[in-house]
Amino acid sequence: MTSEIILQAVVTGLMMGLIYALIAAGLSLIFGLMEIVNFAHGEHLMLSMFSSFWLWSLFGLDPLFSIPITILLLAFCGILTHYFLIRYILKAKMLIQICATFGLSIFIRSIAQLLWTPDFRNVDKPLLEGRIEVGSVFIGQPQLYASLVCLLAFIGLYLFVTKTETGLALQATAQDRHAAEVLGIPSNKMFAIGWAIGLGCVGVAGGMMANYFFIFTDVGINFALFAFVAVALGGFGSIIGCLYAGIIIGLVESLGGLLIDPSFKLLYVFVIYLLVVIYKPQGLFGRY
Amino acid sequence: MKILSVENLSRSFGGIKANDNISFEVEQGSILGIIGPNGAGKSTLFDLITGYTKADNGKVKFFEKNIFGLRPDKISNLGVGRTFQKLKPFADQTLLENVMIGAFVKEQNIKKARDKALEIIDFVDLIEKRHHFAKELSTGQRKRLEMARAMAIEPKLLLMDEVTGGVDQKTIPGLVDLIKKLKKTGVTIITIEHNINIIMEISDNVLALDQGKSIAFGPPREIQKNKQVIDSYLGTFDAA
Amino acid sequence: MESKLITAKSEPLWNTNNRVISIVCALVVLLFVLPLFGLNSFYLHLFIMIFMHAAMAQSWNVIAGFSGQISLGHGAFFGIGAYATSFFYMQYGITPWVSIFFGMFISAVFAVLIGIPMLRLSGHYFAIATLLIGISFQVVFQRWDLVGAASGLWVTMTPEDSWTALQFHSSKVPYYYVFLIFFLITFFVVWLLSRSKLGYRLRAVRDDPQAALSLCINVSNYKIIAYVISAMIMAPMGSLFAQYILIIDPDRVFNIEISIIVLLITVLGGIGNVWGPIIGASILIPISEYSRIYLGGTGGAVDLIFYGLILMIICIFRPNGLISFIPKKILERKKQR
Repeated sequence: MTSEIILQAVVTGLMMGLIYALIAAGLSLIFGLMEIVNFAHGEHLMLSMFSSFWLWSLFGLDPLFSIPITILLLAFCGILTHYFLIRYILKAKMLIQICATFGLSIFIRSIAQLLWTPDFRNVDKPLLEGRIEVGSVFIGQPQLYASLVCLLAFIGLYLFVTKTETGLALQATAQDRHAAEVLGIPSNKMFAIGWAIGLGCVGVAGGMMANYFFIFTDVGINFALFAFVAVALGGFGSIIGCLYAGIIIGLVESLGGLLIDPSFKLLYVFVIYLLVVIYKPQGLFGRY
Repeated sequence: MKILSVENLSRSFGGIKANDNISFEVEQGSILGIIGPNGAGKSTLFDLITGYTKADNGKVKFFEKNIFGLRPDKISNLGVGRTFQKLKPFADQTLLENVMIGAFVKEQNIKKARDKALEIIDFVDLIEKRHHFAKELSTGQRKRLEMARAMAIEPKLLLMDEVTGGVDQKTIPGLVDLIKKLKKTGVTIITIEHNINIIMEISDNVLALDQGKSIAFGPPREIQKNKQVIDSYLGTFDAA
Repeated sequence: MESKLITAKSEPLWNTNNRVISIVCALVVLLFVLPLFGLNSFYLHLFIMIFMHAAMAQSWNVIAGFSGQISLGHGAFFGIGAYATSFFYMQYGITPWVSIFFGMFISAVFAVLIGIPMLRLSGHYFAIATLLIGISFQVVFQRWDLVGAASGLWVTMTPEDSWTALQFHSSKVPYYYVFLIFFLITFFVVWLLSRSKLGYRLRAVRDDPQAALSLCINVSNYKIIAYVISAMIMAPMGSLFAQYILIIDPDRVFNIEISIIVLLITVLGGIGNVWGPIIGASILIPISEYSRIYLGGTGGAVDLIFYGLILMIICIFRPNGLISFIPKKILERKKQR
């Protein structure tokens, strides 16, 4: 085992980690707002990849150019989710909230299977292709750009939440929705915005990954699991925590796969999850 | 005989000292009233004594037995019952079932536990509501429920957090009578109370807290005259 | 005052409704004589699936409905049970009647091992962890050569029907009775549990763990006990299922769909209520089996669409499940006022 191989694994892990971070940030934003974990997050990711795929396959639009459309579609999907499901279960018991979003995930995934079959698809000859060599490390161009775009989106999200008026209103609602309502911030609207932004993040990640990832109806499951773990590690509701947690997961996944056995990637991440939530239940990093 | 002695109990949350070197003792069979403005650390003190929050340092002795650092279920098992400021009834269960869960601590047989629970429910005057779900009860009734539930574990010491808080005025005398009736059964009581008149009426001793510090401890009459207490608490009370 | 207390004490502990009891008894008798009328194998299969799923959902009901912990990976214990009987039979010729208990024991051990670290977590943390557990088991078994890795175990078939090997090739009737009896035992055990001191305390833990602590209840221990009981109810169903289909593989017995369906059945019927899983299974399993027939190959996905939809609709409109449609008078929990 040479240091080059390890370096290669670190770079790969880092790039995946940034994507996990953005997906998790969407989840965390939604959780922070209304204490609901979106168990359909992976299915939303799957939808965004399919959106990219169909825009390419039907209209010849390269995934790189269809990203704005994908983001808008996903944001709209988020608003629909809030309008038709979430707003009814805001006051329900946690068990019911979990079951409801879990039901949504089953629903989306099985409809997708019915419509599109469980086949694997991929985008042929996207604009972003090939790989570059930096020193001894090979970096896939689509992977590189996907992680950079995700990082940018992440920074954008962070600035939005911490600096803009809407972002601050979101934070206020997250902290105390009743107090926020007294100040004239309608929480229902904030929730809808939160869902739109949360799933918009997923749209960015899915759209970029459509360049190089296989697209199939179960693709979201692993990503969602990693996103759940990232949110728990980062501290539920923390956005910046997702960045660190996402990178940790990406590194654990790729280094664990390299050093032990790639087929048990999920288990390494699981072990990290257990260790952190047991010894540091508030997450590795604080809130906001 | 001292039932509870607390020495130098402290706890801070991120730089804010919620409880700072609190010491006091409680005589068996007496009522200790705890007063203090909001945020004085009254409920934190309860949480520290009953093990819900870990104290930074200090000593808590219950009948000469050190209970500092024990888990809440262990402490309640020794005979320390409590109620909660933010009420915590088992909402989806009936009043009777709520109290029975407490009664199971001393009574293994279901029928006997049920009968014992009924006696306690009768004691708190809610016998007609026994089959109502806890979520259907009024605030005052839920306070009685919590008292009944805590009594069912046959505590030697009962910590009651704002029994008369959040209920309407008509309900208060009944609750105060209940506390007096409870004292007659021999149980030692520590009660957090906002209403100064009630505290003066029922307590044998009063502990006044302000900003996490103990500012006075003694019989109600002395406390009433204590300048610091008047400044920090009674003064604002009068003004309000 | 005194007389009211005496009246209260003279009330029966449980308000038993004679009509409900007679209906339940009649149904049980009916279930026992039903095969005598010569049900065809589809209906036998349908009933077997209802019994199995009702018992599986009952297992989930113990952990989620009684103690309030949401396990999204309960299929793991089903798989352990399935593998235990098949493996010990094929390797050592141990009769399934014995290895069912091995399966229960192994599940219980895993429940403790998983439970001790994880049940300290609450709510979402636990749900996510169990989701990971469920998938981890599938991943491990897919690659574990001793138990046939991804291709699973093909149970050695006996030449003819055998009660010792618990294999019946000529008719489904014996399976029907085996599943029926296990289902009744499960139901009875959980029914007893719900009325026991343990049941009361578990509901206390579910409704308010903080308050439960003040009543001398060691919350984490009780959660582990519930988890172990739940696992031990689930495992025999996996064992019986393995004997029923005689071929098991990780995709079949560790499928996430198993974890989904037990949740769905319970939530549909009524969570935290012993009757809930039975109502849920009696409605959902026929829908799923019929849709499999009429919609053919794609049926798998179509019934999942329904599952998802039903789950959401129930959560929005009937969070207490279909049992909440039954007038409260009839249900035993509500005593006369």
